[in-house]
Amino acid sequence: MSHISILMENQPGALSRVVGLFSQRGYNIDSLSVAPTNDSSLSRLTMVVKEEESVISQILKQLNKVIDVVEVQNLSDVESVSLEIAIVKLKITEEEAKKIIDNAFPIIGEIINHKDEFVMIKVTGSNHEVDDFLLSLNKQNFLEVTRSGLLGMGTGENFLISESETTIEY
Amino acid sequence: MKKESGGSALIRALADENVDLLFGYPGGAALHIYDAIYQQDKVQHILVRHEQAAVHAADGYARATGRVGTVLVTSGPGATNAITGIATAYMDSIPLVVISGQVASHLIGTDAFQETDMLGISRPIVKHSFLIQSPEEIPEVVKKAFIIAKTGKPGPVVIDVPKDMTDPNHLFDYQYPKEIKMRSYSAPSKVKENHIEEAVSLLENAKKPVLYAGGGIIQGNASEELMKLANIMNAPVTNTLMGLGAFPASHNNFIGMLGMHGTYEANMAMHESDLIFALGSRFDDRTTNNPQKYSLNAKKIHLDCDYGSIEKIINVDVSLNGDAKKILNQILKKIDPKNIDKASIELWNKEIQNWRETHGLNHDLLDKKFHQKQILPQQVIQSLYKSTNGKAFITSDVGQHQMFAAQYYKFDEPRKWINSGGLGTMGFGLPSAMGVKFAYPDEDVVCVTGEGSIQMCIQELSTCMQYGLPVKIINLNNRALGMVKQWQDMQYGGRYSSILYEDSLPDFVKLAESYGHVGMKVEDISELEERMDECISMKDKLVFMDVYVDPEEHVYPMLEAGGNMSEMRVSKTKKTF
Repeated sequence: MSHISILMENQPGALSRVVGLFSQRGYNIDSLSVAPTNDSSLSRLTMVVKEEESVISQILKQLNKVIDVVEVQNLSDVESVSLEIAIVKLKITEEEAKKIIDNAFPIIGEIINHKDEFVMIKVTGSNHEVDDFLLSLNKQNFLEVTRSGLLGMGTGENFLISESETTIEY
Repeated sequence: MKKESGGSALIRALADENVDLLFGYPGGAALHIYDAIYQQDKVQHILVRHEQAAVHAADGYARATGRVGTVLVTSGPGATNAITGIATAYMDSIPLVVISGQVASHLIGTDAFQETDMLGISRPIVKHSFLIQSPEEIPEVVKKAFIIAKTGKPGPVVIDVPKDMTDPNHLFDYQYPKEIKMRSYSAPSKVKENHIEEAVSLLENAKKPVLYAGGGIIQGNASEELMKLANIMNAPVTNTLMGLGAFPASHNNFIGMLGMHGTYEANMAMHESDLIFALGSRFDDRTTNNPQKYSLNAKKIHLDCDYGSIEKIINVDVSLNGDAKKILNQILKKIDPKNIDKASIELWNKEIQNWRETHGLNHDLLDKKFHQKQILPQQVIQSLYKSTNGKAFITSDVGQHQMFAAQYYKFDEPRKWINSGGLGTMGFGLPSAMGVKFAYPDEDVVCVTGEGSIQMCIQELSTCMQYGLPVKIINLNNRALGMVKQWQDMQYGGRYSSILYEDSLPDFVKLAESYGHVGMKVEDISELEERMDECISMKDKLVFMDVYVDPEEHVYPMLEAGGNMSEMRVSKTKKTF
């Protein structure tokens, strides 16, 4: 499994080119999260791909060929941190929710909404931690969940930033 | 500064790119653009009879000249008809700019008349695509499209132009950019010096080297450098289907095409080699047979402008990513002729020569002793080779005739063999021949085809009449879809499913004549060569030569599916495994 970080033009059609590449070449995406960066002309994606190493290396090459893709980084090759956010809706009391959060370590949880007999909890952790947390919930009270997909970033000087523009004359 | 509308700016930008020919077909969403074409005389529009043919014609033009081919179609069906042509160019890395009309911006997404999502439908088969969002960006987008199409690994680029972007009443100051900034597109990085050294060391130590050259040598204009390397090493050279002409077929070191229907000696050499140097070829499945059993004793060097092609199918010892001409020159500078194992290579060449003598192709089938009742398709190609002195541009369609042409027309120059190698598009031959003829009106341009393929774009006989394009069509007529029939013979117990026409074939002579061309029918081997000379000598006429050939003939050699490169059938009764 690899975590891939991609910086791409924030253009209509750019995301479909990246996602299309995966279906076109038969690669499987496990999770995908995407949003604009502090530079609004760029979007950043974090992708989790469950493929063998040789396939990952092909994926990185093919991603680099997509014209809208500015930079690609395999987070699994560098020291990096990653986390995932999930929102869970449970049919429980606020008291019970607090108890779940207290026992959820290492997951960090927070009640973010309470309406009628439903409570929504936001949890943050590695994706295994989120997996384990969801498994620990009582199925009868557990109504729905939405997950962000993994977000990741290289540590220290492992930047993913756009190099200066290439000027092409001919 | 003259003001332009989006429509006129688009055509002016093409003129600024030195586009002389624009192949296309008009329609509602493209009408403003067509009006702009009418009002200038720098860019000539060629009206085809089907949009697929427009793309193939531009493609043929691009392959023959090395320039970017340019196409204009309307929205909806115009765009979808162009798709097969775009996919054909994409698979063979041919630089094209395809401009498609689109419904007006405010109608996009409403299922408007003749609306189709061109960007979406073309996405997997283009190098890149653009949707014009304001008329003012047209010159810059055109410039970017041409740069992207022809640099790096070339490919088709689509520009989708909503009708309102070409409104003749919206005028703006036109300026064609001199340079373009693209942060997400850059030339491949320089090859590391130690990679060159590693490659040179492998080349100098090889005892059984093979230079395996593909279309990248033609696209990269590196034939001369390849020749130098082959001469220095005295190494055998094989070309892929796309690479024919990259190395001259009449050169002593040429061992023929390799692959599915490659020569016995080329496939054997690949199998027994101790060093395969792949140059601008991509280890396509038709050239490797089973990758798990592929040339296990050979070290491999792979030179390709596309980093993504390296180690996609076959793992290599040295990768050289970049421009073929530059890299080969670096190698030529470093390689020391004194270090090359000339003695071993001499023995290796003898071994290859023995293979050629055992099961090599017979290039003398016109000799009377090989005459039979029916004309052999191979004899037609040999006759064509003779009549054109081996100098013609040959385009082909897809099937048995394509393989016979590839095997028996000995191409000595790059860009002379024009075929759909990657996608395998029937219908490619005639329209691509038109594109070549436009570029080289004084050269012989011949479309080698079959009665199946030619009917997929036969409407272009009309275009040829309109523009006076005296191409020659050599129809290897075996009254069946021959390559499918061959597979049905070999693998499906001769159960001929849907390959026969039940006497519905047209009279091709009358058909050609009805368009105003010359038709000829040849059924007897004794008149083949004379009629061929006659056909080629009619310089100002399109001649459709319908040659009845032996319908039982198969293409050999043929690699055995799932086997290694030495496992071939060499005739209907003989195999090497």
